[in-house]
Amino acid sequence: MSEKKRKMAFVVHSGSLDKLYPVFILASTGGAMDAEVHLFFTFWGMDAIKKGGLEKAKLPGIMSLGTGMMKGKIKNVGVPTLRGLLEMCRDTENVNIYACSTTMEIMGISEDELIPEVDEIVGAATFLDIAMDADVQMFI
Amino acid sequence: MVSVDVEVDAKGMYCPMPIVKLKKTTKTMKKGQILKLVATDPGSKRDVPAWANKTGAEILETSEGDGVFTFLIKV
Repeated sequence: MSEKKRKMAFVVHSGSLDKLYPVFILASTGGAMDAEVHLFFTFWGMDAIKKGGLEKAKLPGIMSLGTGMMKGKIKNVGVPTLRGLLEMCRDTENVNIYACSTTMEIMGISEDELIPEVDEIVGAATFLDIAMDADVQMFI
Repeated sequence: MVSVDVEVDAKGMYCPMPIVKLKKTTKTMKKGQILKLVATDPGSKRDVPAWANKTGAEILETSEGDGVFTFLIKV
């Protein structure tokens, strides 16, 4: 076991299916590699952590028409749904989920509209405090 | 000959499933026990040693044949 727990800090800015897959694949794998993973959802990323949001995620723009086909291809290779990946993240007990308080205010989202997996509602300083000490930082 | 305590069949699974399943299984095992993982995801050839590198597990043996990767791992 490595001496110190590795840390990963992601800003999840996008709520589209093609961006959320890498987020949850990296988060579940990071958790499985004993890293402490922190996911900060902001702007369109907030759609993903609203109740039913993961199920509604689509491909971006005109490609959204092909969302069903893409989901089918993902299913065919045995990769879980976004919801399934989120559950795997939680199973590792290493993945933390945060919602951006400003985005919630801008978009008029209340706390009870969020999925129960959201750990905390926070601002930029909380993210930066974690990200400054993280080994991996990403903006997706 | 190493005796295997637990076997994980990840054949037909793709990233991130073999690693997620591997970790879930090792959590139920005692330190020093031996896990045998069988996978067909070509990514697992690099992914499994990478996972071990970060979790402190030890890869005792790896083999490859007919598109199947086999790892013996001391957890």
